[in-house]
Amino acid sequence: MYRYDAVDKTLVTERVAQFRDQTRRFLAGELSEDEFRHLRLRNGLYIQRHAPMLRVAVPYGLLSSRQLRTLGGIARRYDRGYGHFTTRQNIQFNWPKLEKVPDILAELAEVEMHAIQTSGNCIRNTTSDHLAGVTPDELQDPRPWCELIRQWSTFHPEFTYLPRKFKIAVTGAAQDRAASLVHDVGVHIVRGPDGTLGFEILAGGGLGRTPIIGQVVREFLPREHLLSYLEAILRVYNLEGRRDNLTKARIKILVRSLGIEEFRRRVEAEWENTRAAGLRVTDEEIERLRGFFDPPAYRTLPDTDPAAGKSTAFRAWYRYNTTAHKVPGYRAVFVSLKKPDVAPGDITDTQMELVADLADRYSFGEVRVTHTQNLLLADVEQDKAYELWRALDEAGLATPNIGTLTDMICCPGLDFCSLANAGSIDVAKLINERFDDYDYVYDLGELELKMSGCMNACGHHHVGHIGILGVDKGGQEWYQITIGGAAGADASLGQVIGPSVAKNEVAETLARLLDVYIENRQPEERFLDAVRRLGVKPFKDRVYATSAAA
Amino acid sequence: MPRRLLRDGRIVLDEWSYLAEAEGNAAAPLILTLAEWQTERDTWIARGGRLGVVLAAAHSVGVLVPDLEHFALIGAEFSGPSEGRGYSQSRQLREHWKFTGELRATGFVRRDQVFFMARSGFNSFELPDTEIEAAAAALSTFSAAYQPSNDAGLPFKLRRRSLGTPASA
Repeated sequence: MYRYDAVDKTLVTERVAQFRDQTRRFLAGELSEDEFRHLRLRNGLYIQRHAPMLRVAVPYGLLSSRQLRTLGGIARRYDRGYGHFTTRQNIQFNWPKLEKVPDILAELAEVEMHAIQTSGNCIRNTTSDHLAGVTPDELQDPRPWCELIRQWSTFHPEFTYLPRKFKIAVTGAAQDRAASLVHDVGVHIVRGPDGTLGFEILAGGGLGRTPIIGQVVREFLPREHLLSYLEAILRVYNLEGRRDNLTKARIKILVRSLGIEEFRRRVEAEWENTRAAGLRVTDEEIERLRGFFDPPAYRTLPDTDPAAGKSTAFRAWYRYNTTAHKVPGYRAVFVSLKKPDVAPGDITDTQMELVADLADRYSFGEVRVTHTQNLLLADVEQDKAYELWRALDEAGLATPNIGTLTDMICCPGLDFCSLANAGSIDVAKLINERFDDYDYVYDLGELELKMSGCMNACGHHHVGHIGILGVDKGGQEWYQITIGGAAGADASLGQVIGPSVAKNEVAETLARLLDVYIENRQPEERFLDAVRRLGVKPFKDRVYATSAAA
Repeated sequence: MPRRLLRDGRIVLDEWSYLAEAEGNAAAPLILTLAEWQTERDTWIARGGRLGVVLAAAHSVGVLVPDLEHFALIGAEFSGPSEGRGYSQSRQLREHWKFTGELRATGFVRRDQVFFMARSGFNSFELPDTEIEAAAAALSTFSAAYQPSNDAGLPFKLRRRSLGTPASA
């Protein structure tokens, strides 16, 4: 993975000093709430329902065991013993004290981490495929490009005060595991007409109040122009994006109001300028970065079947919580953070330390955060899977549900977030209680359930095969349900099935939706495909047939 | 009392006046609003002396392009702590239109923004007088950077990572 050099170290250290001074000025009354808000947000610090929330960047989801151990220590010493992994591959701490945040940042800087630009109206952490570099369906490992974008976007002088936040996702595989079509900019590594690798560039995707699927701005961009092209997009957005209305300030609204043709014309015109004045990425530089992501020292091993002759529990885990690796004899292993009685994405201090130890023992000392709020040990020898499973299982990290109904994405909701209308964690719990029969859950096959506590859509509900959105109805928590959304290469937005339902009816409503699926599915047909084939009506009819929903 | 400002990394007295401040001093270098410039363009040109103009955030740099030769100073006004268009206006003026005169940040300018402003091409900063010393110090908040930029207002050179080569090289 990427290692800091003197420039990186200098920047994060100087940032800690800057933020320490800004915090001091605020506490001393020299900075107003509003002025400090703009500054602290650019450093990942929200003031939340109970306490500040600090979001720490995990660049494109990659962590060393040492970094994860440090996060565990921070959770124990500055928080209440846990952290929460997010859909954008970052980690959040929900209970730090404001005056201690500079000390936390100083500890993070020691292990080459920071909270720079994890919130605020600036370029956020660049996200990517959690299977980058190990998946068989990959054209090229996207992480060197992610690191290039990370550096370019960090303290970018022109783009630190944008109309609104700006999120970039980069993928290099056939399957899109980074939800790039619902990002402000999606960067896809593709092969151009002349056979060289370059990029397809999309813009204007996003979730939130107005969900929109991104559109292609440029079908093929030669790779040396990546940064100058991103600068052109950002400049058009910075100058022309709306600043008068927070809910209309994302680039998706600009792209929609101009139309993709006119937006493209403006970007291409500005690109003439940024290309002439700006950066041309050299092969030398990208190869230097690529060197940080060289494959680890894999052993020469045959493929085996470690599940053969083992217990049912292990076989289920191996089937659902591990996935194909391009190197024979290896497997990528998910660490499930979706235990039924734990909030999705939450992990304790000791679990973090354990996963760090297991990464050292089984996966070359590296851990990845997935956008579905699990962790991944990417390079595990198949023959070691059984002992790894035993260690994970003992720690409550082997719930065999990856890719199934109960592998829910879920925002922190009303319990922690000051924006939320409704709780999401307790609904997750109710769903887990209702669907505790693994045979039933496995029979449902691949199913993505995504839940947000408000229309900001941190839980990506629009692109869940089933989406759940918390709404406020006269001071009560209700839930609007959508079906048919998807986040991958075939991204689509879910359709609302009808009036929202009360909290205690959510699980029953899901059961009815799933009944319709089970009764009507064709062989091998996923829930998502059944919805696409059948339309919303049969599902809607069943849910509201005798329901008390209002 | 003359206004103090930060220019090229030093605290100096401002020799420029805004139109409202300039009465009785016909020879003083004069800063106009865009509207003042546009309504009496020929009069201002005939007046002689150095001229400056301030763009609001919503103004396109393009409106000044035919007249750039008349200006020794261009200002960009920041309306508040979240305003960011001036950073792009500044880079466009420096990089595309090759403006080499004084580029001044006005309006809501504080120590926490001047580093980014300086890197975007601004070389002078109008701030509350009590903020000027701190802002001068804040120009050295960071000693390194990833991106090449103008760094017009920085009194020193940043250590830099080569993400690539400038296209002109």
